[in-house]
Amino acid sequence: MALTQQSDAAPRPSSPASRGCAQPLTLLRERGQREVFCGLTSIVWLHRRMPDAFFLVVGSRTCAHLVQSAAGVMIFAEPRFGTAILGERDLAGLADANDELDRVVDQLLARRPEIRTLFLVGSCPSEVIKLDLATAAQRLSQRHLPRVRVVSYSGSGIETTFTQGEDNALAAMVPLLPHSEARSLLLVGTMADQVEDQLCRLFHQLGLPGVHTLPPRRSTDLPPVGPNTRILLCQPYLSATARALQARGAQLVAAPYPLGVEGTTAWIQAAAGAFGLAASAVQPRLEAARQRGRKAVARYREQLVGRRLFLLPDSQLEIPLARFLHQECGMVLQEVGTPYLDRLLMAAELEQLPAATTISEGQHVDRQLERVRAARPDLVVCGLGLANPLEAEGMATKWSIELVFSPIQGYEQAGDLAELFARPLTRRQRLHL
Amino acid sequence: MELTLWTYEGPPHVGAMRIATSMEGVHYVLHAPQGDTYADLLFTMIERRGKRPPVTYTTFQARDLGGDTAEMVKTSVREAVERFQPQALLVGESCTAELIQDQPGALASGMGLPIPIVNLELPAYSKKENWGAAETFYQLVRSLLKDQVPPPGTARPGRAPGVRPKVNLLGPSALGFRCRDDVTEVCRLLGEIGVQVSVVAPLGASPADLRRIPEADLNICLYPEVAKPVCDWLQRQLAMPCVYTVPIGIGATRDFLQEVGAALDVDVTMALRPEVVGASDLWSPQLHGGSTERARSRMPWYSRSVDSTYLTGKRVFVFADGTHALAAARIATAELGFELVGLGTYSRESAKLVRAAARGYGLEALVTDDYLAVEQAIGEAAPELVLGTQMERHIAKRLSIPCAVISTPIHVQDVPARYGPQMGWEGANVIFDTWVHPLMMGLEEHLIGMFREDFEFVDGHQSHLHAGGAKPMDSSKAEGSQDPPEPEPGAAVSVSTAKTRRWSQEGLAELGKVPFFVRGKVRRNTEAFAQTQGIDLITVDTLYEAKAHYGR
Repeated sequence: MALTQQSDAAPRPSSPASRGCAQPLTLLRERGQREVFCGLTSIVWLHRRMPDAFFLVVGSRTCAHLVQSAAGVMIFAEPRFGTAILGERDLAGLADANDELDRVVDQLLARRPEIRTLFLVGSCPSEVIKLDLATAAQRLSQRHLPRVRVVSYSGSGIETTFTQGEDNALAAMVPLLPHSEARSLLLVGTMADQVEDQLCRLFHQLGLPGVHTLPPRRSTDLPPVGPNTRILLCQPYLSATARALQARGAQLVAAPYPLGVEGTTAWIQAAAGAFGLAASAVQPRLEAARQRGRKAVARYREQLVGRRLFLLPDSQLEIPLARFLHQECGMVLQEVGTPYLDRLLMAAELEQLPAATTISEGQHVDRQLERVRAARPDLVVCGLGLANPLEAEGMATKWSIELVFSPIQGYEQAGDLAELFARPLTRRQRLHL
Repeated sequence: MELTLWTYEGPPHVGAMRIATSMEGVHYVLHAPQGDTYADLLFTMIERRGKRPPVTYTTFQARDLGGDTAEMVKTSVREAVERFQPQALLVGESCTAELIQDQPGALASGMGLPIPIVNLELPAYSKKENWGAAETFYQLVRSLLKDQVPPPGTARPGRAPGVRPKVNLLGPSALGFRCRDDVTEVCRLLGEIGVQVSVVAPLGASPADLRRIPEADLNICLYPEVAKPVCDWLQRQLAMPCVYTVPIGIGATRDFLQEVGAALDVDVTMALRPEVVGASDLWSPQLHGGSTERARSRMPWYSRSVDSTYLTGKRVFVFADGTHALAAARIATAELGFELVGLGTYSRESAKLVRAAARGYGLEALVTDDYLAVEQAIGEAAPELVLGTQMERHIAKRLSIPCAVISTPIHVQDVPARYGPQMGWEGANVIFDTWVHPLMMGLEEHLIGMFREDFEFVDGHQSHLHAGGAKPMDSSKAEGSQDPPEPEPGAAVSVSTAKTRRWSQEGLAELGKVPFFVRGKVRRNTEAFAQTQGIDLITVDTLYEAKAHYGR
């Protein structure tokens, strides 16, 4: 993957991304300072999804501080995540790291009898000192089963960005899933419960068999998987999970992601198609919801149409968002940044981007900010660290972290999604300061 | 290995970032993996800074580890110096980079750059944020001033007659507590006694400013958490005297002026004159016209005025960084007439001072960075007011106890748009208002409780107590039920021992009539009393017998 040397003075366009239509996309591959969160951040929404799970980061004070800062306000007396902070004694080998971990886990589980699944989350320091959390998880599982199962995955910044933490967490759950030969549809990726209910209702109305979700709402309600399982990804960052499920015999449904009315329609139709339902049979059943969604988006389209959009790499949602904002809201795409490009998972999205869209993979933040300044976009989608500085330079911004916390998928949320991008622009119109 | 849920302090390199971000012309190259860039948002979101912190991260990845991460350091250093053209460069590493031992500081020093390179060694696995800030400030000052250190035993030349005395204010920093306004207030305070402020650092200073530190006659250590090592070193190596008293509160401000006056041979009697009680000069036009007549604090009169008698003996729990905990304890007891029921700090560096102070108040200090231990101590002390950090604000909210934030760690609402110093005369005014308001709201809450049965009372009436962003669910829980506040389900900390003692219906109803802010304490006392008396079912009589037994 090392295509452009970090010391290169300027990024250079490399070979165009392969796509169905004729016009190539421009792909910039960049290396340099990456202004992104690490995978530990995913804990913030994963722990809410599974209220009987605890996420224990094995790492440093930095890890604890990061998760705390990303989580924002501390509304929980005792959150269902924490950090086993490595100290000098652990590093110097004065204390056996495994004994220490056993002690901390015992202490934790004694405090929290309601926990059924404990995730040991690897961090940069634990990876660098090669602390074997997989073996530790096995040992601890033996000790605490049947009450608590212990699973491990890595959320370290040297291996994962932001949403990849969820990918690794779900991939770690795949070996635990029961085997089944039954026909089933597995929705993969965390969405708000309410959104998931809406979409599952649609699938039931279409008569699709056995709809399950990963992650489940209770960590012990593990969905079955087997050769007759079709995987439908709800989130675009689940490469490792998709591969692990494929290894269990399940088949991946090629689809865009359920953002916006068109994305949601194509996503549902792809799933229905995988079970032999013709688009002509599905379409009429979705029509009412589609009309509602279009109407809701139309309210904000006026604000967004023709406005120039620059997306910095952050949550991995950038490409589907760009597709929605271009296709349904009429925004002009100046640059679509993504932490990494998984061509397989993005294929259906890339096809729908307009010709000659610039996609940048990876980041050299200072050079990218120079491009932002030169492009003078109407709206920049970026992380929290950059938002106020860009606003101070006169640019409107949308924080990308909100996109992983808010209900944005499906027909009923399409208008809300558009509103998130219209709000910074509307606000600028209102203010006279 | 230590189990941590919430932390008071970040890692030491975040302390270094606070110094770099405070200053002009300083850049920090941090050897760190990509996730560590989260620290930028502390500054751009909490303090709403309009500029990115001057930090370049190498953001190495796993695939780089087999290769040349040292080369990444050099590239980052080279690019940062070219792009940002700093006057001085800090080079260091975060926890992960410490493990791979690239020694970025040494690498940068060997690059032959035309600016001073400060090699920061901040042990991430044993030290924390405030230590990191202090160490960074010290290393930076030391490397910029080392050529100005005279031979040992050299006496400092005295101030020439007729020359205005000059002082440096050391310690105010980014992400400190109200530093911006404290600097303004202390400059004003010193201006009134004819003392000029020479260098303020690190906040707003450049490396060139730091080089001017020795020109002043005296250093003022405004925030020992950040500046104590620097002030000690300047005293030792450059024979610069230092005032360590932090002017937070009326008494401390008076002490501060006296010490500055003594150190500089300046007459401060006018500044120390007691204010005229309740006098019209509090509103005199002179005060607003920038005359030499200074605005003395209204706080002493406000505290003596009859309305404040209801503050007498209010039970207060203080937990903060060392500086603000010590100051708050003194103000709470000597200047507001509260009763201190808990005093603690998360700053190990201040443990000795806080322990000594606590003994003076007849308490044992709580020195810990375990948030759950603090929550438990607050629950047990059942205070009527909590003065703490934003962590204690959350604890107090859960326990339905009024609270004011007096120290870092802070949240965005603790960086107010208005002028809100803690130091000097105006700082005392601000403190009076911020600490007393939640208590007044507490009284209002009590009235709501009293009138809850009235038909005019609208169900769901919101009190002001939790107006700061609490979810409706929380506040309805706080005032909607007759029961004393309980922690959230699943919380291991429990303020009551209800599981061992049963309450009769009437007993519980009577308990519900007790004002909410003492209800927890009454409940605990009654249950403890019942236990000693071997009473299984707590009745109305038990409640009043316990009341008679314990007094108030």
